Amino acid sequence: MLRSRVIPCLLVQNKGLVKTVKFKSAKYLGDPINAVKIFNEKQVDELMIFDIDASVSGVAPNYQMISHWANESRMPLCYGGGVKSAEQALKIIKLGVEKVALSSEVINDPNILVDIGAAVGKQSIVVVLDVKKSMFGRYELYTLNGKKKSNKKIVQLISEIEKIGVGEIVINCIDNDGTMKGYDLNLVRLVRDCSNVPLTVLGGAGSHDDLLQLIAEFKIIGAAAGSLFVFKGVYKAVLISYIPQAVRALIQTISKL
Amino acid sequence: MIAIIDYGSGNINAIKNIYRKNNIACKFATKAQDLVGATKIILPGVGAFDSAMSNLNRSGMREALDSAVLEDKLPVLGVCVGMHIMTLNSEEGELAGLGWINAEVKLLDVERIAQKPKIPHMGWNSIETPTEHPLFNGIDKELGFYFLHSYYVHCQRQHDIMATAQYGKQFHCAFNRENIFGVQFHPEKSHSNGIDLFNNFSEL
Repeated sequence: MLRSRVIPCLLVQNKGLVKTVKFKSAKYLGDPINAVKIFNEKQVDELMIFDIDASVSGVAPNYQMISHWANESRMPLCYGGGVKSAEQALKIIKLGVEKVALSSEVINDPNILVDIGAAVGKQSIVVVLDVKKSMFGRYELYTLNGKKKSNKKIVQLISEIEKIGVGEIVINCIDNDGTMKGYDLNLVRLVRDCSNVPLTVLGGAGSHDDLLQLIAEFKIIGAAAGSLFVFKGVYKAVLISYIPQAVRALIQTISKL
Repeated sequence: MIAIIDYGSGNINAIKNIYRKNNIACKFATKAQDLVGATKIILPGVGAFDSAMSNLNRSGMREALDSAVLEDKLPVLGVCVGMHIMTLNSEEGELAGLGWINAEVKLLDVERIAQKPKIPHMGWNSIETPTEHPLFNGIDKELGFYFLHSYYVHCQRQHDIMATAQYGKQFHCAFNRENIFGVQFHPEKSHSNGIDLFNNFSEL
């Protein structure tokens, strides 16, 4: 039977692997290719790699770097960062990447999904929504790596992009990023209720229990994490890890409806 | 020599890398002449049925492939949409398939899928095999393979079904008829199970 996916999420800046807290203070961790190799050995369900420079600085995706990761990866790979057009998305898929993630560009103009879907197939398109809570507790969308607030409403945007065609939605909680204090389950409930495509949650996972709690409530869902799989201990020493066999077995059990 | 069909559809690099790491000779075939000397063929594919089919028709390899598979009986493995286009037709498109196997492609039965989301079927799923076949030697069926699709192949002949998976209902996720093999999942992205399957195919 189908199991929930547990997905390490790697951030890349200046070709180096980094990890942020609340989308800020990126800490350099090493070479992303080493992380890809370790995740191969650990047989992870899927891997996401986001180039957090590309969109903000407006540069095109670094195809050479992506190709290097894709050639090494024996697990499904999702790439995001700087993708604006169908040509770029197709080029990335042809490098051996399963899914292409878009964010700011789609929030600004959902119609760009029409051409991209026709080029690569809508099941290969991932839309990442960066979300932050306002002072009054309202969830708001942000673009450009958390720098710019969007006027679009989450529920409305999701219905718009699902109508055009999308394979997966990743909901990324800016407030919880790097804090390792657990997922914002209220945000997940809001999105789950209004979406009909596979959903992956990112931002806040700090323990295997956080993953299990998410899966126990939402069943088939993607549980993504950055810090949890690149740090160890309270001093955050860099150590690439993944869920042990016992947690995998538990996930198998609690994914059941 | 395993020829991996390069017609602008599918993850050809990932497949080549797996064979290269295991010292198994393979090459990309982009035109009919590239099939000369091939002993086995892999037909990958992603995206929509019609776009894969028209890419293949445009590639100039269609006739050479038909004769290699149907007359010379070279073992051929279709992956995902590569598997789909081996059939007669698809609910996803208008074009005729290659017609190598008596099967058709259908949309997953969303009515019977209890969970949300329903489509696409995305993630790791276990498989079951009604009969033993060397292609699945050493495969951990409970661990299974990585799936990403909204359409599936329905075999008309019971005998052709090589593996099934559960999503809403049981569906056919691998078929075999003589030298013709197809898998719905992505062995190139399924870690040790995928590597074993590609190695098993090279040894058939």
